[in-house]
Amino acid sequence: MIANEAIETAGYEIMKKAAIDIPEDYLAGIKESQKTETNTLSGYVIKTMIENYEVATEDRRPMCADTGLPRYYVKIGDNARFGGGFTGIERALRSATARATHDVPLRPNRVHPLWRTEHNNNVGINAPEIEWSFEPDVDWIDVTTVHKGGLFGTDYRMLFPGDGIDGIKRFFLDTLIAFGKRGLCCQPAIVGVGIGGSKDTCMQLGKQAACLRSVGDRNPDEKISELELELKDMGNSIGMGPMGFVGSSMCVDVHVEVGYTHTGGMPVSVHTFCLSSRRATARLHSDGSIEYRTDPQWFTPYMRRETVEWPS
Amino acid sequence: MAELKEVSLQLPASAEDIAQLEVGSIVYLSGVVYTAREGVYDRVLKDGASLPDELIKASGTNFHCSPAAAADGSGGYNVGGVTATASFRFSKYMAEWLDLTGTKIVIGKGGMTQKDYKEVFAPRGAIYLTTVGYGTGALLGRGVKGVRKVQWLEELGLAQAMWFFDVEKFGPFIVDSDLQGNSLFSQQGELVNQNIDKLYEGLKTPALHRYGETDDRKDELL
Repeated sequence: MIANEAIETAGYEIMKKAAIDIPEDYLAGIKESQKTETNTLSGYVIKTMIENYEVATEDRRPMCADTGLPRYYVKIGDNARFGGGFTGIERALRSATARATHDVPLRPNRVHPLWRTEHNNNVGINAPEIEWSFEPDVDWIDVTTVHKGGLFGTDYRMLFPGDGIDGIKRFFLDTLIAFGKRGLCCQPAIVGVGIGGSKDTCMQLGKQAACLRSVGDRNPDEKISELELELKDMGNSIGMGPMGFVGSSMCVDVHVEVGYTHTGGMPVSVHTFCLSSRRATARLHSDGSIEYRTDPQWFTPYMRRETVEWPS
Repeated sequence: MAELKEVSLQLPASAEDIAQLEVGSIVYLSGVVYTAREGVYDRVLKDGASLPDELIKASGTNFHCSPAAAADGSGGYNVGGVTATASFRFSKYMAEWLDLTGTKIVIGKGGMTQKDYKEVFAPRGAIYLTTVGYGTGALLGRGVKGVRKVQWLEELGLAQAMWFFDVEKFGPFIVDSDLQGNSLFSQQGELVNQNIDKLYEGLKTPALHRYGETDDRKDELL
């Protein structure tokens, strides 16, 4: 049985870890970019960012003061048993958010969209978001938090089948160039591209592709995996580095996720997960133990539901 | 790779200090830095609230920032990370603010337009420093040695309140604008732009234009 208190403990810990410790896959990725970056200004920015990660970990302070919009992704095994029910999990994560905001401290970013009023703790109406998914044949619960800035670097466009891969590439370039200038999207970034679904699914897939897959991970569909690498090269050939300076470090990686869509359309979304790509995951086991990691392992084969389960 | 020039300034910076700054140089600051963004600007410029003049004078340095901070329970504050917010949104306040406060250094994210530098900053002897990255919250947080004062914490909230930080070797920042109104971001942007047409070569344009690509509401998207 997984106690509700354990969920709150895990939520609190991952809030701290996400805010302070850069995920190792992202760090390895940016060190790769550093090797090939020949521009002095861009190279200086990358070097400084790496120092910043080290100071954050040493001092236990947030790597970036903009907490973004802290949120959660929960994956529950079919065989998991937990004491507080689903709403108990939601209550625990709301409470963990508020406590971590005060204790780390994190910036209380969340305000009412119209009245700009706040509770000073990153909790409010529809905040933090908690997304649910499920996993067959296991008895654990995974809780992932992501802190992603939210003002720049995301866009959506309805393309059509006739626009083809060219259309996707153009939109990808449009978005990176527009938000890359002056470094508004805080590149080098993990870029997520959602293709298909309905508009909201398309946005969700792209967001999850950026935030819930680690650097170096490839889509299991070989052709999509090739597209990911092609887009990555394309992004890095724009001639733009961090802060929009001349350079070659735009994308640390590109992840593409797809969903079946309307036969007449090809919606596409692009999302950038910034220089402070903050994510952390806790796995709660049925024996009460908690394991922490930085790879959310969100896109399981079941999650992508690649097959139809009955003979056609 | 070439080295960038590095400068350390004691605040308030003198006119000579500011005049010697070149775009693309690295700067570290020591002294008092204050935060002000839309909440503070509105309160002072629209509502006429009065400022702690002595402290502003001792600083002369406006950081577009909301710190990750919390009350420590014994009357002080625990400041964790400090990161800039995008400055372009505050363009409309700058002329009046610089006149009122005598501020000579503005720090933020992403710079302002070249026009702002030429018409607002340079004529007032002011320059703009950009934070690096922009996520160097921990490095900057380390440079904050204490909180001198927090103005309007209750009225504006943690993020929008006016914080006065005692800082030491606070940085790094990059000089974006100088007293001639040059802008590093503009210069770099122009260089990047030279490559853009080539990127799109051979990629056919989509069938449907985008809503928002034109301001002419009579245009069709087809």
